[in-house]
Amino acid sequence: MDVGIVSYGAYIPRFRIKPEEIGRIWGVDGKSMGKGLMINQKSVPGCDEDVVTIATEAARNMMARVPDVDPKDIGAVYVGSESHPYAVKPTASIVAEAIEATPDMTAVDMEFACKAGTAGMQACMGLVGAGMAKYGVAIGADTSQGAPGDALEYSASAGGAAYLIGSKNVIAKINKTLSFTTDTPDFWRREGQPYPLHGGRFTGEPAYFKHITSAAKKLLAEVGSKPQDYKYAVFHQPNGKFPTRVAGMLGFTPEQIETGLLTPNIGNTYSGSVPLGLAAVLDKAQAGDRIFVTSYGSGAGSDAFDITVTDAITGYKRENAPTVDKIIANPVYLDYGLYAKHKGKIIMSE
Amino acid sequence: MSSVAREWREIPGRYNLEGSKCGCCGKVYFPKRDFCPKCRRDSIGKVEKHKIDRNGEIFSFSVVHESPACNDFLKPYAVVFVKTKDDVLIAGQLVDADLDKIEIGMPVRAVLRKLDADGASGVIHYGFKFVPDV
Repeated sequence: MDVGIVSYGAYIPRFRIKPEEIGRIWGVDGKSMGKGLMINQKSVPGCDEDVVTIATEAARNMMARVPDVDPKDIGAVYVGSESHPYAVKPTASIVAEAIEATPDMTAVDMEFACKAGTAGMQACMGLVGAGMAKYGVAIGADTSQGAPGDALEYSASAGGAAYLIGSKNVIAKINKTLSFTTDTPDFWRREGQPYPLHGGRFTGEPAYFKHITSAAKKLLAEVGSKPQDYKYAVFHQPNGKFPTRVAGMLGFTPEQIETGLLTPNIGNTYSGSVPLGLAAVLDKAQAGDRIFVTSYGSGAGSDAFDITVTDAITGYKRENAPTVDKIIANPVYLDYGLYAKHKGKIIMSE
Repeated sequence: MSSVAREWREIPGRYNLEGSKCGCCGKVYFPKRDFCPKCRRDSIGKVEKHKIDRNGEIFSFSVVHESPACNDFLKPYAVVFVKTKDDVLIAGQLVDADLDKIEIGMPVRAVLRKLDADGASGVIHYGFKFVPDV
């Protein structure tokens, strides 16, 4: 049985802030900070947007591209995020209701820093492959947190993408997936705390680079492929610098990662990062194209995927929902005051 | 604090624009109703659920500068009457729009947004708002 992506959809809020504007508030050369991180601007949610609304819009875009799929055939909805609006009360059940997949299905929220979206894809593959569900929906979405003045504030952004996983009319077959996981505390947020903490440079070599290269090399070895066999590659993109460097370490070229590298224009959408990068690739991919994907979630783990676009992409109604390029176009720029309002950083009277 | 149960009952309409259609004359209603005021007793038992198209165009609009507390962060904002492709008029809020570019006849689309929340610890109310359909 071929299990893979039957449909996908993306959503990114229209608001942006530039690193220069964030740096202006904190007395930092924001332009240099942005240049170092390879981030020109980041997306910011609207005042009435959160992970529920972002995940729903992505999922509705996903369903719009497969008008023949009955949402009642969806057996599972998994939403991966580290900014679920409720501590207790699932995002996934709200999204499932909004795409009319309820009630004969399972739903759960997932969290694994920035890789809960790809973990959901793997879980859906398992359900579909085992015959327990006809379709599964995996969503990675975030309205990411970064403490004011911290380096993360220049990158933490908002967006998400949704994937319909199934075995019929698969537009992109997932040939193989595997993961690499260890207990590495490079980034965390304790219960009830508004902002995450991180280990600074410790988030690099022993965390991001070790896990991505380990998962990626293992997948290449098990599949028996080489980086040159892939038209596109997508790596987790906490900034523009890390994925560019890890691609080089693994032998992928800048041309292979260019299409799926969204961070310079929208920032780090955390759980939405790799799902959105893959969506940007699927917007352009043609039958036969091979895609290499490796996510990363702090704490720490990586999920790697070997994907081949199938002939079904030709009859697939990509035009029924906006491409990532179209979603990103025509942004509205915010100053720091409006950004603080949008992110709920201003304490209001009761 | 609003009634959680009442809000819950309204979910089909608020999330997915579930309205109703008279089985006698075919007229579509939103919000849903159990009785067609045109066909009256003939419609009893014949009014069915009907999902309203999320796409439509602005029939009329107004810009609001003094808002209820739930919209303090969004003011000024536009409220609109949208004529959907089912020929139903729906009142709602228009967001993500440049207020000086709103026009009658402008295509819009219903999306899910936060409407309100019962304080910091109560439930969050989600429902439809309109955005420009570009």
